Amino acid sequence: MRILSPFIAVLALIAVALVAAQVPGGQALMGIILPYLAFALFLGGVVYRVVQWAKSPVPFRIPTTCGQANSLPWIKQNKIDCPSTKLGVIARMILEVALFRSLFRNTKAEMYEGPKLVYGSSKFLWLFALLFHYSFLVIVLRHMRLFMDPVPGFVAALEFGDGFLQIGSPVFYQTDALFLGAIAFLFLRRIFLANIRYISLPADYFPLLLIFGIALTGILMRTVFRVDVVAIKQLTHGLATFSPAIAGQIGSIFFIHIFLVCTLLIYFPYSKLMHMAGVFMSPTRNMINNSRMVRHINPWNDPNIKPHSYAAYEDEFREFMKESGIPVEKE
Amino acid sequence: MYGKGRIIPALILFLGLMTAPMWFKSGDVSKLPKPEKPKDYTECVAPTQFMRTAHMQLLNEWRDDILREGGSRTGKTANGTEYVRSLQNGCMKCHSDKKKFCDDCHNYASVKPYCWDCHLQPKEAM
Ligand code: HEC
Ligand code: HEC
Ligand code: HEC
Repeated sequence: MRILSPFIAVLALIAVALVAAQVPGGQALMGIILPYLAFALFLGGVVYRVVQWAKSPVPFRIPTTCGQANSLPWIKQNKIDCPSTKLGVIARMILEVALFRSLFRNTKAEMYEGPKLVYGSSKFLWLFALLFHYSFLVIVLRHMRLFMDPVPGFVAALEFGDGFLQIGSPVFYQTDALFLGAIAFLFLRRIFLANIRYISLPADYFPLLLIFGIALTGILMRTVFRVDVVAIKQLTHGLATFSPAIAGQIGSIFFIHIFLVCTLLIYFPYSKLMHMAGVFMSPTRNMINNSRMVRHINPWNDPNIKPHSYAAYEDEFREFMKESGIPVEKE
Repeated sequence: MYGKGRIIPALILFLGLMTAPMWFKSGDVSKLPKPEKPKDYTECVAPTQFMRTAHMQLLNEWRDDILREGGSRTGKTANGTEYVRSLQNGCMKCHSDKKKFCDDCHNYASVKPYCWDCHLQPKEAM
């Protein structure tokens, strides 16, 4: 099954981290060298992919038109879903990036007796995708308390807001639960919906399982296998200021967590996760639909190649065409 | 490369945000918290490493045990040190300077326990 190999891969990563945390030098390798390497590969990889994309010419206007295009004055244009101005594109992009507008349009097709095909709106994917991404953002920002000193005010505010239910000690963060719930939904959807399962590949399951592993080890570290947060901040803050040191006793669970995070960072630029940058660069979203207002010249047109009309073509090949019985316009 | 005018600034912004902790107010690493340990006592209510990592869980346990299960308000360590199982009358009796002990770590780790909304700090109690 296509789900087994990514599952085994994540378990193997955990096992590697668990063993490496025990051997001498393994902690420095996983806590200092690997994070730097992974972060550099992540940044370099993202820039590389973006530059690669930017090198591909997009000579034609190919926005997906999701509404009425700009037309006669008495036909109402859908200014955001079929934008003909820069402002419209900016609004469209903001809605897409911040609110996943195109997922909001997700539909499902169902067969009923008859046979009758019925299309309905399906908002769950949109809802859980939104929860997933925003929880992830909050969690990443909350982690900044481990990389900065003094900790910026907005991070403290996020921690406060996230823990405002004041359950337990250390306080329970709502985003942790929302995050796990959203990953579970995104994962189970690929397993239980036959049509989605059919198109799911290891490259779809692996990031989900990996992120689930990261979230789970993080939550376990907070609730079950407590770790010395002061010693960990000494390491992580050291990473951010280029003077890392492993001091005190840091539990193996931390090394599993950071090993999975490093795997994610390294994997990121070469996987579907690049949609983080890709969403900004999709010509189907970020182009102005003005092909009827502006003439777009193909940038790689060779000026030496002159237009070749059909009449000229026929003049050139008339004999051959006649010979093989192809009708010609001019005898 | 096409769209240089937009893509290069966007990439610089991305790199800047990602590396923010490295250049923005990242502070001094050598400034580690040094909680002032009590002079009149030699041991805590549990092994030091456990206290460092899980004191908040211990407090939560005490609270639930005492207030909900009617658990004992006193305890004894393996070495025979007797202590009061209480935030105000236990922890803060030995660790009598909250600012130099609890807060030193907590400011560093950016945690603000809300306990002090109700419980009194040693100075206030006096
Ligand atoms: C060695 C450093 C250190 C000392 C000393 C210390 N703490 Fe903490 N404490 C921490 C860290 C680190 C956390 C955050 C743990 C986390 O985020 O998982 C914490 C969290 C807490 C929490 C949970 C807060 C929350 O909102 O999640 C409570 C309650 C707490 N400490 C009480 C105390 C009290 C009371 C004292 C003083 C008697 C004290 N601590 C001394 C390091 C320390
Ligand atoms: C009987 C006095 C006493 C009581 C009661 C007590 N402590 Fe301690 N605590 C100590 C001593 C002494 C140390 C130093 C131990 C050492 O250096 O090994 C200590 C160490 C600690 C440390 C580790 C500090 C470090 O820098 O490693 C923490 C955290 C801590 N205590 C929190 C608490 C909390 C929270 C409570 C209440 C649940 C509490 N203590 C109750 C005496 C006490
Ligand atoms: C809403 C007010 C309030 C807040 C906030 C609060 N407590 Fe309490 N706490 C009480 C009251 C009231 C008692 C009961 C006092 C008693 O019976 O001795 C108590 C009792 C306790 C006890 C057992 C008895 C004692 O003397 O300490 C512990 C331990 C305790 N709290 C820990 C905490 C911790 C840790 C926090 C922060 C994470 C906290 N409390 C936050 C009100 C509060």
